[in-house]
Amino acid sequence: MKYLLPLLLFIVLAVFLAIGLNLNPREIPSPLIDKPAPAFNLPILATPEQRLSQADFKGKVWLLNVWASWCVSCREEHPLLIELAKQNKVILVGLNYKDEMPAANAWLTKHGNPYTVSVMDADGRTGIDYGVYGVPETFVIDKRGVVRYKHTGPVQPGDLEKVFLPWIQRLEAENP
Amino acid sequence: MRFLYVLILALALNQAQADIEYRDFKQPEQEQAYQTLISELRCLVCQNQTIADSNADLAKDLRRQVYEMLQQGKSRQDIVDFMTDRYGDFVMYKPALKLKTMLLWLGPVLFLVIGLATVWVLRSKTTVTEEPLSKEQRAKLESILDKGDDA
Repeated sequence: MKYLLPLLLFIVLAVFLAIGLNLNPREIPSPLIDKPAPAFNLPILATPEQRLSQADFKGKVWLLNVWASWCVSCREEHPLLIELAKQNKVILVGLNYKDEMPAANAWLTKHGNPYTVSVMDADGRTGIDYGVYGVPETFVIDKRGVVRYKHTGPVQPGDLEKVFLPWIQRLEAENP
Repeated sequence: MRFLYVLILALALNQAQADIEYRDFKQPEQEQAYQTLISELRCLVCQNQTIADSNADLAKDLRRQVYEMLQQGKSRQDIVDFMTDRYGDFVMYKPALKLKTMLLWLGPVLFLVIGLATVWVLRSKTTVTEEPLSKEQRAKLESILDKGDDA
């Protein structure tokens, strides 16, 4: 009986520490969720004389994936993006973040290009508008152009089936 | 003596900042505002550094952003809003005082109160309850008092 209170205190402490250990401090909730996707007007990687804006995707569900040729963990998620592209279910826009055109193009040739289109954010300003801090990041944007979900860090195996495809399915069912 | 020099130099190193960019300010107040802001904004890549301390690419970009906004005549609040709109409250090293952050601010006071209350409760429990002396004890006490210490 004498030891019951210390034991209880210890259990409470242990539970809190366990929760703390399992939290990911890199996972910062994005204030962009349920807000309109920040505007951009950027040159297209493949055809730099043409520009693309977020408004061009009005009425469509699309993903914005932030990537760069210098980003090591982008390689980790790349096969999954290729797999997603094969399924042809969603527009996948690449935001080529703080990269150089030749390097970016070479990277896509080497690893394959899953993107419907990639735009170049050479000085990282669009990245700041999207609150990018850990490339790769993936945003799910609905038909009204509202950000509905953000994934920070590489897409992990299973995330497509468990997270992204259900989101896409749900948003496709919504009326614009 | 040499040790002292080394120590002083080592301590001075600690003060070094990463922002090595040359910034031109028209007014000293602007420069002051810039220095204050960059030492209050968190670098989200390194998390435990301000954007003034960090050499990360993102920190450089955010310093540039702060500088440009100041040049455009934006106020401190404009810049803070710009950053929190994009990166959330976490970008501020010192979190804003609001309902969501109350526990963070009042937590230490709360723990102090809990601690004091615990001490108080434990103390009041352990006070010795006074029992009247028995007849023999009283007699002994009186004899001691009569004779003094040397008994």
